[in-house]
Amino acid sequence: MIELLSSNGSSFAGDINNLILIITVLSGFWLLVAEAVLFWLIFKFRRVPGVRAQYITGERKEEMKWIHWPHNLILVCDVVIIVFAIRVWYHVKQDLPEAQSTIRVIGQQWAWRYVMPGADNILGTKDDIETVDELHVKVDTVYHFKLESVDVLHDFSVPQFRLKQDAIPGRIVTGWFKPTKTGTFDIQCAEMCGIGHGIMMSKLVVETAEEHDKWVASHTPAGVASN
Amino acid sequence: MATSHAEHHDHHEMSFWEKYIFPLDHKVIGMQYLFTGILMGVLGAYFSYVFRMQLAFPGTEVPLFGLVTSAQYNSLITNHGTIMIFWFAMPILVAAFGNYLIPLMIGADDMVFPRINRLSYQIFFISVLVLIASFLVHNGGFGGAWTAYPPLSAKAEYNLTPWGSILWLVAVVLEFVAFLLGGINFITTLMNSRARGMKMNDIPIVCWMIVLASILFMASAGPLIAGAAMLLFDQTIGTGFFDPARGGDPILWQHLFWFFGHPEVYVVFLPAMGIVAEVITTFSRKKLFAYKVVLFTTFATGILSFFVWAHHQFIAGIDPRLANIFTVTTLLISIPIAEMLFVYIATLYGGAIELTTAMLFALGFLATFLIGGVTGVFLGASGADIYFHDTYFVLAHFHYTFVPIAVIAVFAGLYYWFPKMFGRFMNETLGKIHFWGTMIGFNGIFMPLFFTGAAGDHRRIFDYSNFPELAVSSLQNLRTLATICVVITILFQFVFFWNFFYSMFKGKVCTEKNPWKANTLEWFAASPPPHGNFPVMPEVYRGPYEFSTPGRELDYWPQNEKA
Amino acid sequence: MGHSTPIATTRSVTGMPTGRLAVWWVIGSEIVIFGGLLMCYLMLRLKYPHWALNSSHTNTFAGGVNTFVLLSSSLSIVLAHHYAEKKEELKAVGFIWATIFGGLCFLVIKGIEWTTEIQNGYTITSSLFWSFYYTAAGLHALHVIAGMILMGWISIDVMQKKNMHRVELIGIYWHFVDIVWIFLFPLLYIAK
Repeated sequence: MIELLSSNGSSFAGDINNLILIITVLSGFWLLVAEAVLFWLIFKFRRVPGVRAQYITGERKEEMKWIHWPHNLILVCDVVIIVFAIRVWYHVKQDLPEAQSTIRVIGQQWAWRYVMPGADNILGTKDDIETVDELHVKVDTVYHFKLESVDVLHDFSVPQFRLKQDAIPGRIVTGWFKPTKTGTFDIQCAEMCGIGHGIMMSKLVVETAEEHDKWVASHTPAGVASN
Repeated sequence: MATSHAEHHDHHEMSFWEKYIFPLDHKVIGMQYLFTGILMGVLGAYFSYVFRMQLAFPGTEVPLFGLVTSAQYNSLITNHGTIMIFWFAMPILVAAFGNYLIPLMIGADDMVFPRINRLSYQIFFISVLVLIASFLVHNGGFGGAWTAYPPLSAKAEYNLTPWGSILWLVAVVLEFVAFLLGGINFITTLMNSRARGMKMNDIPIVCWMIVLASILFMASAGPLIAGAAMLLFDQTIGTGFFDPARGGDPILWQHLFWFFGHPEVYVVFLPAMGIVAEVITTFSRKKLFAYKVVLFTTFATGILSFFVWAHHQFIAGIDPRLANIFTVTTLLISIPIAEMLFVYIATLYGGAIELTTAMLFALGFLATFLIGGVTGVFLGASGADIYFHDTYFVLAHFHYTFVPIAVIAVFAGLYYWFPKMFGRFMNETLGKIHFWGTMIGFNGIFMPLFFTGAAGDHRRIFDYSNFPELAVSSLQNLRTLATICVVITILFQFVFFWNFFYSMFKGKVCTEKNPWKANTLEWFAASPPPHGNFPVMPEVYRGPYEFSTPGRELDYWPQNEKA
Repeated sequence: MGHSTPIATTRSVTGMPTGRLAVWWVIGSEIVIFGGLLMCYLMLRLKYPHWALNSSHTNTFAGGVNTFVLLSSSLSIVLAHHYAEKKEELKAVGFIWATIFGGLCFLVIKGIEWTTEIQNGYTITSSLFWSFYYTAAGLHALHVIAGMILMGWISIDVMQKKNMHRVELIGIYWHFVDIVWIFLFPLLYIAK
C-alpha cells in the first residue's frame, strides 16, 4: 500500500510495506469501530425532552464486559503486530546477510561523502572511489554500509529503499541493503543537523552490473592500474 | 471544620498590585498562567503560520514576516514546538486549570502554600522573558529542534546560535523549576486539604488527573535537569559530556531527554482527559462509567510510560536488541489508553446528551485523539518506524494527539468553566461557529500530512524543491492545502477571542452558582468565587458524578447536599 | 502584607502535617535529579575503567573529614529539632547555627580541595571524570548553601518562638543533603 506513494527499491522494502499494511488493517479496524460507536451513541442518546438518562455505574459484570472484550481483543492484535514488527526489525537491523560489497557513507555539515571500493571490491585500497553526494551501486547486490559522521548527528535515509539510520560522530554504524531495481533514488538526511539540513540532498544511482563496471572504470583515481 | 476563610484572615483592602500582579489567591494565579499561556500559544501559532507559508510558497515573502531564511526556518520550528509544549500546553492544562479548579473542587479556600504558588508563577514569567530574549540576541534563536540533540545543540560552531542556544536551555530549566514548585502545591493540597467526607473515590477525575500529571512530571524531570546542567556546561565552559572526541556520548542526552519526554506527553494528556470527563458527564447527565477503571488505567499508563522512551530512538544507533524490548512495551501501553477512551465513550451510553459548545469540543477531543492514538501504533512498531521515523507521518501523529489535548480539550474546559470564572456566559452561536471552523480546519491541516509523510517527506526541511521525489505537484498541493487550512484555523480563533473577551465584560450575566446543574463543589461557590471561595466550607456526602440517580426528582445530586 | 495561612494548609486528611508532606515530595524530586546524574556517572564509569586513574587524584582524606562533618551536622539539627519541640528556643537556635557552621566547614574544606586540584591541573574540562566530579559535587554544594540560608532564615523565626515546626522540615532536607553525600563519597573518592 505504501508502494502507491513510494516505490519498492530494496529487498526489504516489501517486508516493511507488509508490516505497515497489517498495522493499517488492524488499527484501522479498531479506529472505525470506535468512531462508529462514538458517533452512533451521540446520535442515539441525544437529549429528548422528558426522557431521563440511565444510571449506569459501569461496575456490574454485564456492563464491564463491553470494555473487557475489546480490551482483550486489542491485546491479541497488539501481540500480532509485535511479532511481525520484531521479525521485520530483526531482518533489517540485526540479521545482516553476508556482504558482497562494502561502502562507507560519511555525513557532514552539509553534504554526503561516499567511498566505494573500486574495481578490487576492497575498501581502503588505492582504487577506492570517493564522491560527494552521488552514490553508485550495483543492482541485486548485498551492500554493507559503514555509516559515520564527522560533526553532528545526521541520518542516512533512502525512502524508496525503506532505509534509515542515524549517523553518530565518533562511531561507525553498520547496516545493509540490496537494491532490486535500477534507477536514481533520493538520499535524504533525516536528522536535524543545522541550517543546511534541508540542502543535504544526495543521489543513489543503482546500475546494472555492466553499467556499474563502466562507471567504476571511468571514475577510478588516476594513476591506478585497472584490471 | 466548616469555618470560613474570613475567620482565619485579617484582611485589609488589597491594592491592585496585591490582587492582580502579586496575587496569593489561587484563582488569580491560575488566570495569570491562563493568559500567559494563551499569549504564548498565539506566538507559537504565528510561528507555524510563517513556516507553513514558506513551505507552501518557498522563497516568497511571507506577509507579516518577510523572507524566511533556512536558519530562521529552523528557529521557527524549534521554538514553535518548544513554546507549544512548555509555554502553552503545560501552563494552561496543568497550572491554570490546576490552580483554578483544585481548591474549589475539593472544598478548600486556597492552595496549601500560596506564597510558593506565587513564586512558581514568577519563575515561570521569568522563563518567558528569557525565551523571548533568546530570539533577539545575535544570530537569533536556537534552531536545533525542540529535542536539542548534541553535538548540534552543544557547540556554537555547529548550531551558529551561540546565545540563542544557551538562553533557550536556561528558559526551559526555569520553566521546569516553576512546574516542580507548582506541582508540590497541587499534590500536597489534594492529599491533605480535601473537604470533610471527600474520600479518594469522591475526588473529581480532573483533580486526580492534574495531580497525577504533576507526580509524573516530578518523577521524569529529574534526569533531564541533570542532563540540562551537563548540556549547559558543554555549551558554556567546554566540558565534553556529549562530545565523542572527549569520551562523551551524544546518545546519553537522547536517553535523558526521552526518559522525560515520553512521560511528558502523559503530563498533558491526563489533565485533558480530566477536563473531558467533567464535561461529558455533566452534558450527558450520566455517571462516569467505571470510575475505578479510569483510575487504574491512569496509574497503569503512568507507570508504563517510564518504560517506553526509547521508541523515539529506534533509529538512533541504540543496540538493535533494545529496540525489541521497547517495541513490546510501547505497543502494550496502547491498551490502558484504549481502555480509558472506551470507558469514556461508554459513559455516553444511555445518556441525555446536550450538544453545548463545551460538549462539542469534549466529544471532538475523543473523535480526533482516537486518530492520534491509533497512528502511534505505526511508530511504536519498530519495523515500521524504520520507514516513518523523522517523516511528516510522525508530525501528523503527534499533532493528532497534541492538538486535541492542548487546544480542543482546553476549549472544552474554557467554555465549560467560563460562567464560574467570570460570572457571565459565552455566546453559544459564536461557540459553535468556532467549533466547526476549528475542527474542519485542524483536520485539513494534518490529514494531508499523513500522506506526505508516507510518501517520504522528512521533517524540518524548509524547501522540498531540492528533493526530486518530493518536489512533485501532488505532494506540493497537499502541503499547500495544509497551509491554507492553517490560515483558516487561525482565522476562526478570532471568533473565539472576540467571544471570550467580549463575554467577559458584556456577556449575559450568570447569576446562579450552578448553571449547568453539575455536582462538583466549584458549582457551589459564587460565580465568580470570592477570595476564600466558600463563606461556609462545604462537606461531602457522595461521589462527583451522581447524575440521574433513580428515585430522585432532580437528575443531579450535588456532592455537598446532605442526604 | 498580612496574609495568614489558609484553612487548606491546616487540614490533614493524610494525618501528616502539610509542611512535612510537602518536604517529602521535594526530597522525592531531588532524588530523581541526583539519581539521574549519578546513574549517568555510574554507567560511564563502568564503561571507562581508566577513570580509576583520575579518581585516584581525589583527596579521600578531605572527603572523609567532610563526611564526618556532615554526619555531625545532621546530629546537631536533630538536637535542634528536639529542643524546638520542647519550646527551648535558645538551645534550638544554638544547634541550628551549629549545623550552619558544619555546612560552612564542609564548604571550606571543599574549597581547599578544589583549589588544590585545580592548581594541579584537574579542572572541570580536564576529562569527563572531572566534569562529573565537579558537576555532582558542585550541585551538592549548591544544596548545602541553600540549606544553610534556609536554616538561617528559620532560626530568626525560632528565636521569636514562631514556626518551630520548620526546624523538623529543614532537618529532613539536611538529612537528604547528607545522604546524597554518602553516595557521592564512595562513587567519587573511594572507588579507585
